[in-house]
Amino acid sequence: MITAQNLIKHFGTATAVNNISFEVKEGENLVLLGTSGCGKTTTLRMINRLIEPDSGTVFVNGTDIRTQQPEVLRRGIGYVLQNHGLFPHYTVAENIAIVPRLLKWADQDIRKRADELFQKLNLDASLAGQYPAALSGGQQQRVGLARSLMVNPPLLLMDEPFGALDNLTRISIRKEFRALDELVKKTIVMVTHDVQEAFEMGDRICLMDKGEIKQIGTPEELLFKPANDFVRGFFDEQRLQLELRSVLLKEVFPESDASSEVSVWDRMDALLHPENGNLPADDIRIGDLMRAFETYKRK
Amino acid sequence: MEQTTGFWQFIAQQSDKLWSQTLAHVGLTLISLIIAILIAVPLGIWIARKQRIAGAVLGFAGVLQTIPSIALLGIMIPFLGIGPKPAILALFLYALLPIIRNTYTGISGVNAAVIDAARGMGMSNWQILTKVELPLAFPVLMAGIRTATVINVGVATLAAYIAAGGLGEFIFGGIALNNSNMILAGAIPAALLAILLDFLLSLLQRVNLKRVRVTYVILPFILVTMSSFYLLPTQIGGRMLGGFTPEFMGRQDGYLGLKKVYHLGIETVVISDAVMYKAAFEKKLDVISGYSTDGRLKAFNLITLVDDRHIFPPYYAAPIVRQAVLDKHPELEAILNQLAGVINDSTMTALNYKVDELKQSPEKVAMDFMRSRHLYRPARNGSGGTIRIGSKIFGEQYILAQMYKILINGNSELQVETKTGLGGTKICFDALTNNQIDFYPEYTGTGFLVLLQPDEQTTKKLGGDTDGVYRYVSQQFNEKYQIKWLKPIGFNNTYALMMRREQAQSLQIKSITDLTKHLNKN
Ligand SMILES: Nc1ncnc2c1ncn2[C@@H]1O[C@H](COP(=O)(O)OP(=O)(O)OP(=O)(O)O)[C@@H](O)[C@H]1O
Ligand SMILES: [Mg+2]
Repeated sequence: MITAQNLIKHFGTATAVNNISFEVKEGENLVLLGTSGCGKTTTLRMINRLIEPDSGTVFVNGTDIRTQQPEVLRRGIGYVLQNHGLFPHYTVAENIAIVPRLLKWADQDIRKRADELFQKLNLDASLAGQYPAALSGGQQQRVGLARSLMVNPPLLLMDEPFGALDNLTRISIRKEFRALDELVKKTIVMVTHDVQEAFEMGDRICLMDKGEIKQIGTPEELLFKPANDFVRGFFDEQRLQLELRSVLLKEVFPESDASSEVSVWDRMDALLHPENGNLPADDIRIGDLMRAFETYKRK
Repeated sequence: MEQTTGFWQFIAQQSDKLWSQTLAHVGLTLISLIIAILIAVPLGIWIARKQRIAGAVLGFAGVLQTIPSIALLGIMIPFLGIGPKPAILALFLYALLPIIRNTYTGISGVNAAVIDAARGMGMSNWQILTKVELPLAFPVLMAGIRTATVINVGVATLAAYIAAGGLGEFIFGGIALNNSNMILAGAIPAALLAILLDFLLSLLQRVNLKRVRVTYVILPFILVTMSSFYLLPTQIGGRMLGGFTPEFMGRQDGYLGLKKVYHLGIETVVISDAVMYKAAFEKKLDVISGYSTDGRLKAFNLITLVDDRHIFPPYYAAPIVRQAVLDKHPELEAILNQLAGVINDSTMTALNYKVDELKQSPEKVAMDFMRSRHLYRPARNGSGGTIRIGSKIFGEQYILAQMYKILINGNSELQVETKTGLGGTKICFDALTNNQIDFYPEYTGTGFLVLLQPDEQTTKKLGGDTDGVYRYVSQQFNEKYQIKWLKPIGFNNTYALMMRREQAQSLQIKSITDLTKHLNKN
């Protein structure tokens, strides 16, 4: 779907992105991860030509994006920002109608699609006439997402879409997003500097530092087969938690009948907080869990 | 109570004039405003994109704002003449800063994330400008336009100084004539106009640009403005044009007298004396009102017309001296009288020209003159008493004070102290009566009308009678203040009608009667 080749971008004398190449396959969810200022946003914005690279090429669906008029290119790519970027002088309904209007959709089509997305995103229909300032942060972010999904673009670019939300809201919205059927088939490039988020949302993670890619791979690959010291060091602080999260209970206990959704971490959490009431009836204990996990890691 | 009836009476009498002045005022304000909006808004948008030059542009517009209005109008006369054109240009320049600045502030203040989202969604630059930036900047932008409007309604009063009409005609005429009804008849409508326009714009400011088609808002505004073009005073082609100060326009011994006594029928415009001479020189005006010894007469090669029916009061200059000083120094009177009859109108004009236009020092001008007339004697540096000479705060008085100093120094043992620049007539005269100075040069007309303020009958009876007025002031000053009027110096610094020399000569106009005849011929 996306092929980026040898992208370089300087701002004055500073190098924001230094010769990076990567691919994103159709339907894949690629997360750009890295510390602040490492070039994630710059990379993302080169995909919809909000930033033009000094050199290098981006292909979307096999065509060089430079052959397309930038406005036309962008109307076909969903774009979600950290601070949602909703127009303060437009109502929610008007905000999400922006791209369809640019594409000259009929009013009734816009209304139909808006109703559909409102339902899927758990947005109350009464919000349609409100201005963004009257919405909560979570609602604003949902509207921002709805706006980017209106014309059902196959490709979605998201720059820290949950960055402005408090921790609890962020976790619950993230969960909703992952469950959203609209997003399942889409190719998504998402920027974050939150490691948990990257592991949760990314099919693959592209770890960047100082404008360069340190490693691209699945979360497990980055965790268990780090390509260099930087990658290893990057996850050290949260390593145990990440590992527990990234390993399924079934892999540790092949005989368990847990679904493929449940990670070792989830079971650990259920054991530690029985009051939440999602403890299954099997008799796995914490000690068993850790021992089995260590064995699994050694393999 | 009497005051208010007077006011309404004045309004009723002058309603035609008031109406046309108000329309002209609205026209000047709106036209300049529209032009300013058309230029300043795009400029503000542009500098919001080019932050590096924003400072320079705003600075330049700020400097324009600081140029005194009258100076700005004066600068433009050679290029645009007098009338609405330079006034509109000046108003336009004053309106620039608030509009540019607020457009710039409004556009720069639009949240970058919103612009970014707009671009990211595929809006073109034009769409971003019209659908995002301008609507969001609109309240701030409108605030700038409102500021500019209120400023322009105020500054447009000054348009009366350069014959562009407007409510300033009443305001400055009223100030010059000390007629408060006239001042209010101009000032109150001007204030109401500012409030009204500001209110209308505040309604516009609340309009939701996103919903209303821009044309619905702009169109009526433009229509009003276009129509106001026709309301501006039109300039007269071909015929002779008179330009008179607001004060002159309203005085019996001015324009009213010209009409009554000479039946002078000339198209007139109201103009400030700061730009009047230049406008005459530039052939924008043909006849102007001025002072007969003004140095600008010479600077702009103008001549005065003879007041052959004596409507202008005599303003002959003569030293006025406290009698006590004359008693103490009996030799002084003869010494001061050496200047009596020595300086005529054109000589005084030439001397004023040297000081006012050529910027020579009054000391040098006085010394050169005294030598040329053989009135100079080397200073004796005596050790007699001290004589204190006063003067009002303009060139002619400075020159005269210096001449008297030379005479006293050269012809007596007395010492001299000059106290020049004593402001206006009142200050000078008070200094004299309070024994702070010993004498200063005064004008008969001023002594008569300003200091003595005789009743209407006396004023009428003596009116233009040169000797009569001199006799009257001499006698009255002696009785009331123990002040003596010495012999007049010779020149008469009074009102005069002036024309360009070559035009007057080619038309063979020497007197005001000639002018009237010439005008009646056409
Ligand atoms: N428009 C710009 N002008 C100058 N420098 C820029 C510009 N945009 C980015 N940079 C610089 O390029 C580098 C990479 O910026 P970028 O925004 O891509 O980082 P990032 O990884 O998205 O960081 P963050 O997590 O803080 O958003 C930074 O050093 C930044 O200062
Ligand atoms: Mg960023």
